[in-house]
Amino acid sequence: MSEGVDKSRRHFLTVATTVTGAVGAGFAAVPFLSSWKPSARAQALGAPVEADISKLQPGEMIRVGWRGQPIWILRRTEAMLKSLPEVGSFLRDPDSEQPQQPAYATNESRSRKPEILVVVGICTHLGCVPAERFDLAPADLGPDWKGGFYCPCHGSKFDLAGRVYKGVPAPLNLSVPRHRFLSDSLILIGDDTGVA
Amino acid sequence: MLKRFLLVLLLSTPLVGVASSGGGHLEKANVDVSNTASLQRGARNFMNYCSGCHSAQYVRFNRLGADLGLSEAQLQDNLMFAAERPFDTIQVAMPAVDAKRWFGQPPPDLSLIARSRGADWLFGFLTSFYQDDTRATGMNNLLLPGASMPHVLWELQGIQRAVYRIENDAAGNEHEVFDRFEHTTAGSMSTEEYKEFVRDIVTFLEYISEPVKLERIQLGIWVMFFLLVFFLFAYALKKEYWKDVH
Amino acid sequence: MSTSNNEQGAAKRLLDWVDARFPLTKMINEHAAQYYAPKNFNFWYLFGVLSLVVLVIQLLTGIFLTMNYKPSAADAFASVEYIMRDVQWGWLIRYIHSTGASAFFIVVYLHMFRALLYGSFKPPRELLWIFGMLIYLVLMGEAFMGYLLPWGQMSYWGAQVITSLFGAIPVIGDSLVEWIRGDFYISDITLNRFFALHVIALPLVLIFLVVAHILALHEVGSNNPDGVEIKNTKGPDGIPLDGIAFHPYYSVKDTVGLAVFLMLFCAVVFFAPEMGGYFLEHANFEPANAMKTPEHIAPVWYFTPFYAILRAVPDKLGGVILMGAAIIVLFLLPWLDRSPVRSIRYRGWLYKLPLGLFTAAFVMLGYLGMQAPTPTYTNLARLGTVIYFAFFLLLPWLSKVDKTKPVPERVTYHA
Repeated sequence: MSEGVDKSRRHFLTVATTVTGAVGAGFAAVPFLSSWKPSARAQALGAPVEADISKLQPGEMIRVGWRGQPIWILRRTEAMLKSLPEVGSFLRDPDSEQPQQPAYATNESRSRKPEILVVVGICTHLGCVPAERFDLAPADLGPDWKGGFYCPCHGSKFDLAGRVYKGVPAPLNLSVPRHRFLSDSLILIGDDTGVA
Repeated sequence: MLKRFLLVLLLSTPLVGVASSGGGHLEKANVDVSNTASLQRGARNFMNYCSGCHSAQYVRFNRLGADLGLSEAQLQDNLMFAAERPFDTIQVAMPAVDAKRWFGQPPPDLSLIARSRGADWLFGFLTSFYQDDTRATGMNNLLLPGASMPHVLWELQGIQRAVYRIENDAAGNEHEVFDRFEHTTAGSMSTEEYKEFVRDIVTFLEYISEPVKLERIQLGIWVMFFLLVFFLFAYALKKEYWKDVH
Repeated sequence: MSTSNNEQGAAKRLLDWVDARFPLTKMINEHAAQYYAPKNFNFWYLFGVLSLVVLVIQLLTGIFLTMNYKPSAADAFASVEYIMRDVQWGWLIRYIHSTGASAFFIVVYLHMFRALLYGSFKPPRELLWIFGMLIYLVLMGEAFMGYLLPWGQMSYWGAQVITSLFGAIPVIGDSLVEWIRGDFYISDITLNRFFALHVIALPLVLIFLVVAHILALHEVGSNNPDGVEIKNTKGPDGIPLDGIAFHPYYSVKDTVGLAVFLMLFCAVVFFAPEMGGYFLEHANFEPANAMKTPEHIAPVWYFTPFYAILRAVPDKLGGVILMGAAIIVLFLLPWLDRSPVRSIRYRGWLYKLPLGLFTAAFVMLGYLGMQAPTPTYTNLARLGTVIYFAFFLLLPWLSKVDKTKPVPERVTYHA
């Protein structure tokens, strides 16, 4: 059977057909894999949301849902802001060196306006929602506690700028979502075009 | 065997053509969904004249904007009357309960009307309203007798009446057959202008019934080209191996 | 083992390790590398492998469709449009699936016709034929249930008409219809159970039957256009003289066929997914409405021959029985045909002519089933029905008296 067989031609054609077929299968896989990406509806539902902070008093916090996540908006008091530099030595990343916030929130208060904190209320350890603990020096958190957030799942602690404490399981600061102020009383969460 | 099979295929092809007709002799709508200008005019006409009563609940404005070459600002200013956000769909302001009271049935959603009825039918429908005093709306439609939809575009088209003629069928019985339309009141548009206006709407309806159509065809050409290359390699490979078989 | 062959040696050792625990090499040899198929296959022999390809296409696209489809009366129609518009590439996956449904029947009908041409159902391949017929039967159920899922007007009224057929059965008919629908009309409940059957139950049965079909084929060996049993003339090595290894010879040949098929298939998917209203019916772009029947309802094209037979009988029960008989009689084919010869090449006019008439009648019935019934069409459908059944009923006698030509010892093949 094998007399006069042009082996190199046979080999070339086998490789050419196989490679073309494999490339075709690769192209054919694209629609299937892409169909798992967020659909137009998911993108519509995940579009930026507006939050009205006109009635938010100093020391108060509201929660806004965006893309299935709780977004915290806290209007910090003068005293709260003053506590931020004081806890610095207890923190893992006090200067926000990890990319957990847009450039405009890479400052001490981790915010666009010093008093208004906007963070995603999800613990960077395993995704629980930390509780707000604005009380000072409570029995369970110790005398040095200046107020912040405490995660009930595994005891991670964050300060009033969402910065993580040392010696807790959470590795990173709470993340700051992209946002911009539409007016003094209206924040758009999820969009920072034009003012980034 | 192959020859006979091809013959059967050939003989059965004429059948394919007649499948979807049935409406009689409709004037061709001649729509072209790649005509962006017509689509833009059609979108405007649709939003101005149709969207008061008809939704297109599967159509998102931002998709319209991307496909029709309109910016977000243009969408907001020209098309989005009731909707607020660019990713909203075309909803109707009229509550369904009122719609049922006023028209007997809620006006249908128009997202897919061009796929269920066909462009030619829609074109015919929108040009076939005529005066009929027995109807509550004072109007009837040749393609959809007893249509509950009023002639929304009458100020543009004017009012026409249907003229019938008598014809005898094979058995000798007389029948009234539609002959032609006659204008009784002039509209603000000439007949040709009105047809163009309707054609733009139908083009838009055709587009929203399958927004991906143009993209689909373009991609198809690449796919065919790729498969041709694959075929050529596979064919050469088969020829090469089958040299062994005597 | 020399050092330059180290890599090959490792692969070989891995294969040996697997083979000691799982018959991998044995299976590859039995079903591909050492499965000897007659060398004279013509293009009719492509449709088996193409059926398998379409099955895989349908399973794959079907799985991805279920990820976004919602089997409820309130959401089904909208979820299909969601797939068509909002899901990235959803339109392509859906069009492949809807085109695949029709393609499945095209290749299966051609595959079955091939069996009629070359007597592939005749002994010892009766069970192979039975498995094939069961596949066809399950496929019809699968297609019918799947057609309800888009929840358009045609989906709804098609299911209404077909489930009503069971009402023709005396005594239990009405309660049987209620049992199938799970309600007093085609409702959310019906849709939900049809969904379960369409995506889980019937595909599992289908896969099982396809495996059985292929195992049965490889047990008895493939027939061929000459109807000659190649196992009767073996060489000294025990390999049939007219047989060639499935791999590589038929794997490369089938690849060519696959390329051509994919070109035709993709031409429909990308340039004419509705196929003029045959693959996706116009009325199905209107949501199901229990209060209003479309002006003209017809099943999808692949059911219309049987639908025409149903309508040709002026009695409800009689029509249902005849339609059922039209399918059951196909199962009996191996025992109805008594010709000593398999292939049409060596049969006389008493098989060629009836087969031609039968095929023409089947195609005509298919056409008539799509049209609105008129007196002329109904008479034609009756003629078609008579021809359809006459073919099977006269076959035992015709195949016996038919003058056959001598069958050669070896297959005819011209390189």
